[in-house]
Amino acid sequence: MKYMLLIYGSTDTQNACTVEDWMAYDKEVQEAGIFVTGHSLADLTTATTVRVDDSGERTVTDGPFAETREVLGGYYVIDVPDLDVALDWAARCPGARDGGTVEVRPVAEF
Amino acid sequence: MDERAAGTRASVEAVFREERGRLLATLVHRFGDLDLAEDVASEAVEAALVHWPVEGVPARPGAWLLTTARRKAVDRLRRDQAYAARLALLAAEAERTGGAVPEEADGGLPDERLRLFFTCAHPALPAADRGALTLRYLAGLTTQEVARAYLVPNATMAQRLVRAKKKIREARIPFRVPEPHELPGRLPGVLQAVYSIFTEGYAASSGPLLQRLDLAEEAVRLGRILHRLLPAEREVTGLLALMLLVHARRDARTGPDGELVLLDAQDRGRWDRDMIAEGEALAVAALTGGPPGPYGVQAAIAALHDEAADAASTDWPQVVALYDVLLALNPSPVVALNRAVAVAMRDGPAAGLALLDELAGEPRLRAYHPWVAARAELLHRLGRDAEAADAYRRALELAGTEPERSHLRRRLAAVAPPER
Repeated sequence: MKYMLLIYGSTDTQNACTVEDWMAYDKEVQEAGIFVTGHSLADLTTATTVRVDDSGERTVTDGPFAETREVLGGYYVIDVPDLDVALDWAARCPGARDGGTVEVRPVAEF
Repeated sequence: MDERAAGTRASVEAVFREERGRLLATLVHRFGDLDLAEDVASEAVEAALVHWPVEGVPARPGAWLLTTARRKAVDRLRRDQAYAARLALLAAEAERTGGAVPEEADGGLPDERLRLFFTCAHPALPAADRGALTLRYLAGLTTQEVARAYLVPNATMAQRLVRAKKKIREARIPFRVPEPHELPGRLPGVLQAVYSIFTEGYAASSGPLLQRLDLAEEAVRLGRILHRLLPAEREVTGLLALMLLVHARRDARTGPDGELVLLDAQDRGRWDRDMIAEGEALAVAALTGGPPGPYGVQAAIAALHDEAADAASTDWPQVVALYDVLLALNPSPVVALNRAVAVAMRDGPAAGLALLDELAGEPRLRAYHPWVAARAELLHRLGRDAEAADAYRRALELAGTEPERSHLRRRLAAVAPPER
């Protein structure tokens, strides 16, 4: 079963995790054979939001979809047997520490 | 349905109240699907109602039900393409076991209920639904009965259960017993689910009745099952001990008209001594062999009350000492409130009131009527009746059940007799 781990950082607190922490975690995910995909996202200041209204008119605005304290900083998609295993991987993610949050979402299967 | 058939049905249903939880847990383990397990368990019981009165009750009723339910499940899976993969797994399993129904030492079905306890109380489910799921799937109550337990409309409860089941299925919350290293994180949730059923039965949060003993008894029954499944877990023992030591007072807790009788005014001759003895033995076991847990400590406090001949001769210094331990384990304003009341008994009402007033800033206590009522009581004992009356009026606004409100009205009348 595939789960997406959405890694949110807080704009209020600085995540103390180092690049080495992230590299170590990434290596673990790869070596466990559960990695499907995953990326770290560029800084929030580079975000652009697009909407298309009923008449097909496009609106482009600077910044993220919603102004919140929690900022999506990256994601993994992992393939594991069940939610408990997914939660274990989420808990090990450096992004879950220091005021950060990892949201675990099953990927819909059709 | 004629009268005889109705009688058979009632007795078969009574017999399988206990077996049903096991049957359901076994089917869930096998098929990994609560809905399917529920449906085929019901169908198997229906089949039993048809066959047993004619053919006689089989030697191993549990195995008969499981075999029947399994056959029905396989039929259903065959009809449903979406389940093809699961069916293949099942075939592989049947090959391994030869299709035989395993038998436990006690002659019953293998007990898979522990898995189901952990699934129903999974931290990924809303805390408010965990007790309901546990009542539905482990105590075997119907959805209507669970709705009544939580005093919500049937449709509301049905919707909550459907939503919870959907999450279990779609997020794939597993049916498994956590590894020993995970237990400290997961067991408290299971204990909390069972205890929440007990406290709802013991002190209903609203409604005409103070106690709903059937619900408290259901919780005790679940506590016993859990204790049988995890005999070495001292907090499980502690929870069962606590429930028994409190439940032993059930008959003395309400007066002839259903009114609330507080601990200090209860007729202790009506306490259930056998249940107290059982609870005490379990409390000792819960507190032996390691640092105490919150349920073990609460059981010890309940045991001190149960042992005392009356409120005055209760070992209040020891009660306060145990609340200190509990407060360190579980720093909650409600525990601090109970400690303050015990201090009032040990050192007098002024000391207790000072502690209660220290808690005035706690947001969780502001609308919590026991805190307001405890203040009123101590103010009254200090002769500050005008303030006591104000506090009783405030508590009356907050109390949820009619027996609690009538108790508060009587207290209010005692400190502030109505003017003529």
